[in-house]
Amino acid sequence: MIDLKVNGTVHKVDAAPDTPLLWVLRDNLGLTGTKYGCGIAQCGACTVHIDGTPTRSCSVPVSAVGAGTIVTIEGLSPDKSHAVQKAWIAEQVPQCGFCQSGQIMAAVALLEKTPKPTDADIDAAMTNICRCGTYQRIRVAIHRAAGTKA
Amino acid sequence: MNDTTTLSRRDFIHVGAAAGGGLALGFTLPVAGDGTAAAQAGAGTELNAWLVVGTDDTVTIRVHRSEMGQGSSTAIPQLVAEELECDWSKVRMEFASVMRHIRENKVYVSFATGGSRAIRDSQLYVRKAGATAREMLKAAAAQQWGVAASECKTEKGFVVHAASGRKAGYGALAAAAAKMAPPADVKFKPDSAWTIAGTSPPRFDVPSKVDGSAIYGMDVKVPGMVHAAIKQSPVFGGKVKSFDEAKVKSMPGVLAVVQLPDASAVAVVAERFWQAKTAMDALPIVWDEGENAKVSQATILDRLKKGLDEPGVKVRHDGDFDGAFAKAARKVEAEYFAPYLDHACMEPMNCTAHVTAEGVEVWAPTQNIEGALAAAAEAAGVGPEKVKAHLTLLGGGFGRRGRQDYVTQAVHVAKAVAGKPVKLIWTREEDIQHGSYRPISMGRLQAGFDAHGNLAAYAHKVCGQSIFAYLLPQNIRDGWDQSSMDGTYNQAYKMPNCKFDYVMRNAHVPVGFWRSVGSSQNAFITESFMDELAHAAGKDPVEFRRGLLDNKSWLNVLNMAAEKGNWGKPLPKGSGRGIAINACFGSITAHVAEVTVNARGRLKVDRVVVVLDSGHAVHPDNIAAQNEGGVAYALTAMLYGEITVKDGRVEQSNFDNYQSILIDQMPKVESYLSLTQGDWWGGVGEPSMAPLMAAVCNAIFAATGKRIRSLPLKDQDIRSV
Repeated sequence: MIDLKVNGTVHKVDAAPDTPLLWVLRDNLGLTGTKYGCGIAQCGACTVHIDGTPTRSCSVPVSAVGAGTIVTIEGLSPDKSHAVQKAWIAEQVPQCGFCQSGQIMAAVALLEKTPKPTDADIDAAMTNICRCGTYQRIRVAIHRAAGTKA
Repeated sequence: MNDTTTLSRRDFIHVGAAAGGGLALGFTLPVAGDGTAAAQAGAGTELNAWLVVGTDDTVTIRVHRSEMGQGSSTAIPQLVAEELECDWSKVRMEFASVMRHIRENKVYVSFATGGSRAIRDSQLYVRKAGATAREMLKAAAAQQWGVAASECKTEKGFVVHAASGRKAGYGALAAAAAKMAPPADVKFKPDSAWTIAGTSPPRFDVPSKVDGSAIYGMDVKVPGMVHAAIKQSPVFGGKVKSFDEAKVKSMPGVLAVVQLPDASAVAVVAERFWQAKTAMDALPIVWDEGENAKVSQATILDRLKKGLDEPGVKVRHDGDFDGAFAKAARKVEAEYFAPYLDHACMEPMNCTAHVTAEGVEVWAPTQNIEGALAAAAEAAGVGPEKVKAHLTLLGGGFGRRGRQDYVTQAVHVAKAVAGKPVKLIWTREEDIQHGSYRPISMGRLQAGFDAHGNLAAYAHKVCGQSIFAYLLPQNIRDGWDQSSMDGTYNQAYKMPNCKFDYVMRNAHVPVGFWRSVGSSQNAFITESFMDELAHAAGKDPVEFRRGLLDNKSWLNVLNMAAEKGNWGKPLPKGSGRGIAINACFGSITAHVAEVTVNARGRLKVDRVVVVLDSGHAVHPDNIAAQNEGGVAYALTAMLYGEITVKDGRVEQSNFDNYQSILIDQMPKVESYLSLTQGDWWGGVGEPSMAPLMAAVCNAIFAATGKRIRSLPLKDQDIRSV
């Protein structure tokens, strides 16, 4: 059994140590907001925060998390009230939406580190793939959440 | 755990309409139940299969088309609510039941969500459903009040009799209205009178997509569910010769190793997905790869090149091309190439299936839940009445999810572990290597100008793989595939002497419908060649096209694109502007792209103007979103998209070698509508992206003098000549 601190609760998880954190979140804990997209840390659909750092959970063995504090999309707010979530709704960002949990987690981490990001900051931090092509609205929504001009 | 998708709740799928740009309330998950959720969940009356009026004045509208981000799960309710004269804040949506559709003689007409048809093919009957219910509510009120129905009006969820000052809410009238005979004929409002359609309310599906609560196929949870991974023959058409089950049988969690009945694949079933995938990777499989293992990219290309020298099948011949071309004062000839492409939906293919003695139940992210139901019935060997099929949200579709291969597989795997629900998930590698690829295609184009500089002769021969031959052979007419020729012979240009011919050259690679289909190749080819012709004729590319057009809608779109795209205004050195226009799936689109190419040949697409004529616009902001997304999808394909074949199998495998643009490459996209209106309703998702590749390549030519005739661009030198 592995102790895993997710969204403020410590869970006892029965999984092989090399199981990627992504699949523990999805299959063991039922937190399906975090998505599988590629399995090789390319697309970012599985992005969660570990101790505040945006991390591609498909490529982190659960045993490597240790005492780290994990926040998933479900843990961002109880009622879609995080500034980034509100901005995402206001700008009607998602299309299919499958990548958006990861996009939002990446954006939240960006704003925690850089509260007033420039377009260049956004380009550097937002490396998640969106096949629907919602990039233009993601940029506007980040600026909205930050209170900066798009 | 946060398990909100249980069997007991999955039929209750109310979705709250967001009011006035705020947060939506009461959104749970949109998984299609048996379509009576609204009637069961609360007191309410069904006025027809499309809508239920609650005693609380809510109106629940049923949507038959899948939601993959294109927004029709909001736009269809808008059309119904417009005719019904609803208070939009009281409108809810739920997905229609395909089981009911089967039971009630196809009451929802079609669940197929492709061909940019979700609105244009539904608008007539969904508006009729709303208008019919409105008249029944009016008739019920008139009867209660003892007045003529013609004296009653409807507004925002009420029937009103102005003369007597009486007013009743729909909720109070619904039970009586249900007893009224539906009128045979109803009139629709003109667009100019729209107050719900034609506006852009927040989409129903968006709130669930910002907190992880949206349920895609991959997220379905069924009690007792186990998981499966699959390995399909790397060579298309190959068969399993043998596999060594003993090597994996005792691995953690493993429950079964299953060979599919057609020997195309082996699946491993385990308690959890990672266990299934780990065992799948460890399972030794020997394949009989067959003759297809000898086929490589060079083989396929060689056959296409030779095919271009064949006469082909006549598609359209007007006037006397050969005579006019022979006499031409000036000739332009070129050959173009477009590769195989994968859809690469963000959500890899998957399906959950449960086979029991009573029948089969499936949960699928599919562009056609009716097709999924049929596939499940066939795989399970039961009649359609024994199948329950539930539609989930789709993590992308783009045409890929019109096929049901993953449904068939899931049912076969579930049969092998009968009694247990199984969720089958493809890895990204399986997804990219077992696609339904956009066909490979070549085009040979010839044009001749007469002594006055008029375009006197034009020919376009397409040689490529046929989607219809692979998926719908009954659709091939007179030896040619319309889906391969779309975007060539059927454009609005006036061409007195022209010929369009088709040479079918099929390979063993499975092909299918990829967003914008034939125009994904042919708009690039036709509109790049048009640019070549304009330059050859020494004419401005917009002016040149105007000279070939008398179709008013096309001219409006072209002119608006030129105006909004600052056509003709100077740009700095190293930058260029390109234009392209195309009609497909019922709509006309023009793009103007502005690009910069630096001294090292690095391309930046700075700005794209999109002008669309889809006839009507139900949700303009969603159309803008489709336009933005279409630019990104087409730009990704143009820059990087290429599926290649070696030893019979696909060489690409994941997003590291099948790349996508990221946010830093996204141009600024501006969307404009030029609406013809009237009886003409066009599509959005596909037409709005079709000319983008040509517009960008034409802009590259304007910036550098380099003409791009083959895609993708990634390894090409586009430094200024």
